[in-house]
Amino acid sequence: MAKILIKSEEQIELMRESCRIVAEVLRLLASSIVAGITTSELDRIAEEYIRSQGAQPAFKGYGNDKRNLFPASICASIDEQVVHGVPDGRQLQAGEIISIDVGVRKLDYYGDGAWTFAVGKVSEDKRRLMRVTEEALYQGIARARPGNHVRDISEAVQRYVEDEGFSVVKELVGHGVGKKLHEEPAVPNFVSTDNPAAGVKLRPGMTIAIEPMVNAGNDKVNVHSDGWTVLTDDGRPSAHFEHTILITKDEPEVLTK
Amino acid sequence: MAKQGPIKMDGVITETLPNAMFRVKLDNGHEILAHISGKMRMNYIKILVGDKVTAELSPYDLTKGRITYRYK
Repeated sequence: MAKILIKSEEQIELMRESCRIVAEVLRLLASSIVAGITTSELDRIAEEYIRSQGAQPAFKGYGNDKRNLFPASICASIDEQVVHGVPDGRQLQAGEIISIDVGVRKLDYYGDGAWTFAVGKVSEDKRRLMRVTEEALYQGIARARPGNHVRDISEAVQRYVEDEGFSVVKELVGHGVGKKLHEEPAVPNFVSTDNPAAGVKLRPGMTIAIEPMVNAGNDKVNVHSDGWTVLTDDGRPSAHFEHTILITKDEPEVLTK
Repeated sequence: MAKQGPIKMDGVITETLPNAMFRVKLDNGHEILAHISGKMRMNYIKILVGDKVTAELSPYDLTKGRITYRYK
């Protein structure tokens, strides 16, 4: 396992700035989301703002497969799309929920955050899914204290979600953030015996992204033939909330607030 | 953006190397270099050429992995 980085006060200051831009983008998009707007238009708004801040969109050009790098600044995932939806000409319709994931790099430090928004009036089921996923994120954050382990975060998220009758996605995980978009440790939303990072002790100066991905139905997901979009297998909706946080000596600091 | 969890694939041990390293031929035809997971080492699970195993691939370097399970 690669080394887990403890950030200095100076590095944390740089991360606060990248994370502030992430939060601003999400606020900006929250006020732009309306029936009829396309996801590529939302992507354009996000990229313009990020660049106006002297920063770069972290997702653009990201990927392991050089022939299929992520082409946009945000991930836009509608309804049964869990995460990593690629913005395109699709128009949002009232009743849909859309998860927006944003990554920003400024002066070599990253911030990562996501939020699920309702387009117009949505069903009570979708409202509850969004509420539970957001609360699961805060349940996880509340455990992100020194002396606790990564496993405590995973367990809090999973227990809250499953008690509410929903399921957590297991193919994708939260992660450390810093000089790279994805650092150690892996922060799953479930407890597993084979996550080598589960026993990692949380220490002040660690910066991690906690990001529950919650399905209304079962936890099975598939990857679309575009190589990016993750979809629920049963076609039921999914929500995604994410904050980059800093472990401090007491309460965690939410950097993407 | 969520990070991909470990990619798991089955394969067969083709060669045992020093330092508890193994060459594994995956079911998709690729060969990787894999070490044995700490938990398996603690339980003294012996791995021999020809054994069918599950390996977790590093999402960053798909030529390397970790053996997490040996089929009986």
